[in-house]
Formats: sequence, C-alpha cells, structure tokens
Amino acid sequence: MFYIHCPYCAERRSEEEFHCVGQAHIQRPENPEAASDREWGDYLFFRDNPRGLHQEMWVHAAGCRKFFNVARNTVSYEILETYRMGEQASVTAGTAAHGREGQVEQVHKKVQGVRA
Amino acid sequence: MERYSVFGLIKHALSYHENWQKTWRSPTPKKEYDVIIIGGGGHGLATAYYLAKRYGVTNVAVIEKGWLGGGNTARNTTIVRSNYLWDESAALYEHSMKLWEGLSQDLNYNVMFSQRGVLNLGHTLQDMRDIQRRVNANRLNGIDGEVLDARQVAERVPIMDCSGSTRYPVLGASWQPRAGVARHDAVAWGYARGADRLGVDLIQQTEVTGLNIHNGKIIGVHTSRGDINARTVGCVVAGNSGVVAGMAGIKLPIESHPLQAFVSEPLKPILDTVVMSNHVHGYISQTDKGDLVIGAGIDGYNGYGQRGSYPTIEHTMQAIIELFPIFSRVRMNRQWGGIVDTTPDACPILSATPVEGLFFNCGWGTGGFKATPGSGDVFAWTLANGRPHALAAPFSIDRFYTGSLIDEHGAAGVAH
Repeated sequence: MFYIHCPYCAERRSEEEFHCVGQAHIQRPENPEAASDREWGDYLFFRDNPRGLHQEMWVHAAGCRKFFNVARNTVSYEILETYRMGEQASVTAGTAAHGREGQVEQVHKKVQGVRA
Repeated sequence: MERYSVFGLIKHALSYHENWQKTWRSPTPKKEYDVIIIGGGGHGLATAYYLAKRYGVTNVAVIEKGWLGGGNTARNTTIVRSNYLWDESAALYEHSMKLWEGLSQDLNYNVMFSQRGVLNLGHTLQDMRDIQRRVNANRLNGIDGEVLDARQVAERVPIMDCSGSTRYPVLGASWQPRAGVARHDAVAWGYARGADRLGVDLIQQTEVTGLNIHNGKIIGVHTSRGDINARTVGCVVAGNSGVVAGMAGIKLPIESHPLQAFVSEPLKPILDTVVMSNHVHGYISQTDKGDLVIGAGIDGYNGYGQRGSYPTIEHTMQAIIELFPIFSRVRMNRQWGGIVDTTPDACPILSATPVEGLFFNCGWGTGGFKATPGSGDVFAWTLANGRPHALAAPFSIDRFYTGSLIDEHGAAGVAH
C-alpha cells in the first residue's frame, strides 16, 4: 500500500482512491492525417517500461477526479514527486539516481530474495 | 539418462534411493551454439526441448540468470485452457492444449496434468451474451465448450453461492471440460530434463548483459561468464523483455505489471474443478495437496517489484468469499507476485525483429502458463526456420502498426 499526494487536493491519500492511467507526457502527433503508420502505432501502443524512474499519469478517481503526474520508482514503488498537468517534472533520471540509488538497490535486492 | 518407470522406482528403493542420477547437467558454456535461448522459464525450456526433439537443432544453449523455472513459471495459478475467442489465439492455445494432453508421456516426467474442467462465470446479461459468443466461436474452431445456466453451475459446484442473492449473482458459465491444471514446477523440470537429455546446455546463474549485433545481424550475446556466439537468438524473458529489447535498441509495446496469487492452508478435497470469474475478479482451484490456489488481478500500475498490492489482495478475497462463503475462515499460507508482460491487446508477441536472427517470444501477460508447450513448439519452429511459424505469424510485432490487433481482453480472464 502506498500513499499519494494529490497536487490539487493537497492531501496525502491511500492508493485506493487513485487509478493509474499510464505513461505521462505523451504527445499526440500534431497532424494525425500526415502521420505514418509507424508514428501512429508508436503513439497508440508503444510505452516506456523502465525498471526505475517512471513518469506516469494518475487520476484521483475517488477524490477530485483530476488528472495529475507522478514520478515513481517501478522497483521500490517510492513516489519521488507529484505535479499538476502542464507542469514539468523536477525529478529526472539523472537527479533521481543521485543519492537515492543505494536505497533503491537495497529494496531491489530484498525483492529478488522473495521466493514463490 | 535413465528413463523414469515403476521398475526404476523399485530398483532404486532397494538401494534406499541414494543413487538417482542428477536430473540435468551443469555444463560450462561453449564458445558457440547454433541457437541461444535467453530465459530458462517454462517457455524457454519448452522451446529448447522442441528445437532438439522435433526440429533437429541440438547445439542449443539456454541462458538463465537465476535458476530454471524461477520466475513466473513458479508464480502462477497453473490453469490450462484454450477457450479463446479469436481464430488466431484459439489456434495457438488449442495447439498447446493438444500437446498438454500427451505431455507427461512425451517428457517421461509426470506434469500432473489434470483435465478437471474450467468454469468461466457470467454475472450480468452482457457476460452471458459474451460467453455464448465465445463458446460458439470455440466450437466452430473445434474446441470443446458448453454454456451452462446457474442451475447447472450449482450442480457442478455445490459449495458455490448460486442463489442469486449475491451482489453479483451467478447467471451461468462457460464450461471447457478438457481444461484443467498442471503442476507448474514439473513442467519446467520435465522440459529441462528432456532438453538436457537431447544435448541442450542449460546454463544457470549466468546473466545476459548485452547483445552482440554487427551490421544489423545478431552474432552472439555478452554474459556474466563471457561472450557466447550464435547466429540465432531467441529471447523468452517475460517481464524483463523490455530490458533485453532495450539492449538491441528495440522498443516493445509491453508494460510490466505485478500479478499476484495466494495459496491457502491444505484442506480436505472440496473443489474438483477450476472456477474463474472475470467480473468479480477471482479464480480458484484446489491442488492435489489440498491447498486452494487463488488468483487475482494485476496491479494497475507498472512495477517490477515481485510483490502485489494490499488493495488487490482485499479485492480478490472479497470476490472469493462472495462466491464461496464456506471459505470465509480459510487461512492463507503464502502470497506472491510475478511480473507479467502485458500487451495492449492481451495477446503475446511471437516475432522476428529488425535485427536479423533475433526473435522475441513475450507479452504472454497474465496467461502464459497454459501456452507453455504450444509457445515452445511454435517458437522452436520459428528459430529453426528463421521465419515465423504459421500459428505465430498473426502475433508479429507489426500488428501494432498495421492495426490488426487480436483483442483477447474478454477471454484473457484477468482485466488489464
């Protein structure tokens, strides 16, 4: 279970109130008619699937029902920041790695130790 | 390699079972192979086995970073069925089902395949229409299936609450009699033993750290134990597919999610079939040992942590208790999460790539276990011939550009 800070409600609430929508900052091709099948397929279906920092869009479904962005580590599930739509992330792969890597690595090792 | 038989059992009993052979070798990797398979899970081992057994390619290595069958092969709910809606997927899963039916004999290893039938419940009128459509499609494709009403479901599973007074009443179900369960670890071990016997090198505790690509062709892999060369490389790494694809500069339409399952304390035999519900979202069967094996939905967010979220556990338990009030005091023994590689259309990717000689078998998402034999056979043919098998062709990665997706969200059994 994790808690998410909704940047609109300005409250930290349980993950159950939220719904993950997928990767954030996806640009629709400017002129869809002119897009090639490859560009359009990339836009519709191909997503980043990183092991580590991931910028994603969430919706506060059982709250204000607004969409916002989350920077989250996909191994430790640590949330590094949440920010409103239209804003840019302040945590990037470079800054996230700095100082936090040891922590993430530790969690990762613990996870690998879990046997079915 | 000695064959397993009742006579062998008696013979070894006389020497107190102290002289059994090792099930497979632990070879030192050679410098070069005809085919390298990355990933020693069920699908990878099945691929290696069929390559050697059916397609005459025995100079094969399976490279596994951990131990054999240690990923999702050991982290699933062992359900085997083939009642998929569309022709392409029905053909692939039914191919697999037919291999399951003779698998223990073929491998000389008891995979405990038990055709105890699978019920897919319907709780709304639309569910029942979808079930009718799917069963009819199955029958046209030569796959067994029946539509049952609530009374027939209650006769088959008397302990399930089919009274109609629940929040989501059971209105009926689809029933596939040939479906069932198999012992997941035995499948990996049986294929590993079979492949090893045919000369395949199973290389464990060796991680692939990079791909050696030259002029758009694959010529080998970099591993934690040095470089190994091969002109054909098949990548069967499930949740980590995106990571290996990244080594080749390829992007896959895959997102990795945790999918969890639970096992209860052992009980006396009480449930002799498999019950799945897509609507209230839970599925359950009972092992020969007596444990209830309960499956859940995926967590809604991307994740590589091999553990599931608490809300999903709660949600699954609510579904199971509503269907089976009798289980309300059963205690859970274990819970685990595997990383599943989901695609936008809930169908796998069996595909060549822009890199010549590099093939991917991934994207099985929440339902790969049932496909283990079929996936292995079809992928082995693909690797042996350097082009997609007829059953694999519709599952090419190109479908995400041409738009000919195979939407199996309805039959996949787990909402994505």
